Amino acid sequence: MQNKSTEITVGMFVAAGIVALFVLAMKVSNLAEFNDDTGYQVVAEFENIGGLKVRSPVTMAGVRVGRVADISLNAETYNAQVTINLYGSFDNIPTDTAASIYTAGLLGEQYIGLEAGAEEEYLEEGSVIDLTQPALVLEQVIGQFLFSKAEGED
Amino acid sequence: MIDIIRSLGRWGLGSLQRLGRGHLFLFHVLAGVPGLFLRFSLVVQQLFSVGVLSVLLILISGLFVGMVLGLQGYNTLVDFGAEESLGVLVSLSLVRELGPVVAGLLFAGRAGSALTAEIGLMKSTEQLSGMEMMAVDPLRRIIAPRFLAGLISMPLLAALFSAVGIYGGFLVGHGLLGVDDGAFWSQMQVKTDWYGDVLNGVIKSIVFGFVVTWIALFEGYDATPTSEGVGRATTRTVVHSAFAILGLDFVLTALMFGEG
Repeated sequence: MQNKSTEITVGMFVAAGIVALFVLAMKVSNLAEFNDDTGYQVVAEFENIGGLKVRSPVTMAGVRVGRVADISLNAETYNAQVTINLYGSFDNIPTDTAASIYTAGLLGEQYIGLEAGAEEEYLEEGSVIDLTQPALVLEQVIGQFLFSKAEGED
Repeated sequence: MIDIIRSLGRWGLGSLQRLGRGHLFLFHVLAGVPGLFLRFSLVVQQLFSVGVLSVLLILISGLFVGMVLGLQGYNTLVDFGAEESLGVLVSLSLVRELGPVVAGLLFAGRAGSALTAEIGLMKSTEQLSGMEMMAVDPLRRIIAPRFLAGLISMPLLAALFSAVGIYGGFLVGHGLLGVDDGAFWSQMQVKTDWYGDVLNGVIKSIVFGFVVTWIALFEGYDATPTSEGVGRATTRTVVHSAFAILGLDFVLTALMFGEG
């Protein structure tokens, strides 16, 4: 009888540990997203990506539609080449969609915002997004502002 | 002068011998582990005393560590208007570091010291030699089940610690300080990676479980068979386990997260 209750509590302990791992997997980390392996990859070139990182979110109208999969430098154009992984459920994004890099809040992380175009054809694996807008670099903006202000005073 | 050098030499040789005995001991125990799957009830019994009895301690400490993280993190983050990142702060610090490390230290204090005292007492009351007389290998019958139980329990305890701690942080952050619960969870999910963060934490906890159980069992097995010797061995278990956990944690962190 003693042995039986020991086994039951051990079983409960192991089960609780596995449940904890499951909670960490599903509720805390982003494992649930990896199940969506039907996604497809498109490429976009930006003049400047600012603080964009691999795994940064890609959104359309504020809804997350993918992630940045890879960032590299195009050796010919000296532009940043960003590979975007779009989720398979969003398979009707027009080919003339525009991609811009925005900042979430003043100090927040940077993300790519997509704005849908009007083409009848849709983006597919390996497509290139031509319409891109580089990241807003705060120092440049402030520099330009000060410069124009100084010019105005003359 | 010569005496000092001699005692230094004796100390060095003694430490080396101990290290060698410890490794031989580990190999013998590891050799005994596969046979355990035929008599798994031995392991279940040890899982109870090593794992189940540590659960309450782990749950309560995890809850409070998470709640403290929530409070302290909020106070710092609110200055930057970034209190929505509280979830990320709590989850990353728990999953990557505090979960495995604090659970490991508690495990060493709760289960490790008990293992050392138990084995040491078995040795001093000559139960182990008695077993050898009956042609039962104490390494296989006594030590190996405890070793496997420690190895299994530690990752489960660390996972429990992290999960409870995150809920503790959520309780304080959302219930007490009024952080938006949607932002808390969603930012956490965006920033916490399953492979990079959670699995690396699990690997850490397995390593700590291995080391702590090894140290505890060896200290017990190698203890001077007197009541004073057993007491010293128990102290050494806790001290050496703490050193090993903290040192290994630095090495593992450097390997896992160093490039980031």
